[in-house]
Amino acid sequence: MIYLQLFYSFLKIGMFSFGGGYAAMPLIQDQIVTAHGWLSMSEFTDLITISQMTPGPIAVNSATFVGIKTAGLAGAAAATAGCVLPSCVIVTLIAKLYLKYRSMDMFQGILDTLRPAVVSMIASAGVSILITAFWGGAAVTLSGTDIPLVMIFAVCVVLLRAVKLDPVIVMLIAGGLKLLFSLFGM
Amino acid sequence: MKKKELLFRIFISTLYLSAFTFGGGYVIVTLMKKKFVDEYHWIEKDEMLDLAAIAQSAPGAIAVNGAIVIGYKLAGIAGAVTAVTATVIPPFVIISLISVFYGIFRTNRIVSEVLEGMQAGVGAVIASVVYDMAAGVVKEKRTVPVTIMICAFAASCIFGVNVIYIIVVCVLIGIARALANKRRGAE
Repeated sequence: MIYLQLFYSFLKIGMFSFGGGYAAMPLIQDQIVTAHGWLSMSEFTDLITISQMTPGPIAVNSATFVGIKTAGLAGAAAATAGCVLPSCVIVTLIAKLYLKYRSMDMFQGILDTLRPAVVSMIASAGVSILITAFWGGAAVTLSGTDIPLVMIFAVCVVLLRAVKLDPVIVMLIAGGLKLLFSLFGM
Repeated sequence: MKKKELLFRIFISTLYLSAFTFGGGYVIVTLMKKKFVDEYHWIEKDEMLDLAAIAQSAPGAIAVNGAIVIGYKLAGIAGAVTAVTATVIPPFVIISLISVFYGIFRTNRIVSEVLEGMQAGVGAVIASVVYDMAAGVVKEKRTVPVTIMICAFAASCIFGVNVIYIIVVCVLIGIARALANKRRGAE
């Protein structure tokens, strides 16, 4: 049953994404692309791009997007409910414990250990996004490399790191550059 | 204030924050502080810091967690449910609309060129974020976090280990470390 599958997949995403921001990204990739094939790697990358440019957490955005694509509005509702349910239970429990004991040492200790792993998993998801962009899902070879996209990537890194432009602006520039390249037949 | 009116105000303010906050969870928690501490005076400043810490420690999106913990603190379970509903509505509506257009326009030549370029762009954004996060871990110069970072990268990127297993193992290591620290502190 698709609604239950969506609910359960996003329940796992909600339950295991620690650290906020991009932390949910590797889990979403794992559930949506690898385990269920609801999105292709390229569609997943589009989804992350869209999430960057709209308000709302990546997990909620993904739940809505994947839910609609696979099972319409009801699917989106099931997936979204799944992704926020663990938060509702766990946050309320922690808040209760906190109001009672006024100490967060245990949670902080766990987070301290998790944080470096989360960095690595985000890096790993980033690597698959770049491989999809540069080689379009085909084998990684020098001749098969999409040179314009590698150049756009390099320009974006400079704009982000040296010019310190806002990420949304940088992504818009990236889209514009690719359009320009294509007009010149590249 | 009557409970109904309180819930209504929680609903409106979290809906507003969720709809107009770009830039992720950390930003929204700062804006929540502005609204509920500085503007409404519903929560003490120190308590807000702890609530923000809870939102960041729990799994899930920080914006969602922040809404739940504030809703719960202000009006119990009903407050938490109200706040989480209001937080989810804006992205739900926006992404629903976008996904309809995405289906129609993805095959359009211009749209697909732009999106392809943006894939390289979002790759750069993630690379930049990862660089900052990894540099933060390395700068602390502690053996355990750096080792965990290297092992987790090898596991997920090279050996393709399921991310959930990596997280569960790290949580277990984290619990062991927290218990060990506690024992050391007690001695």
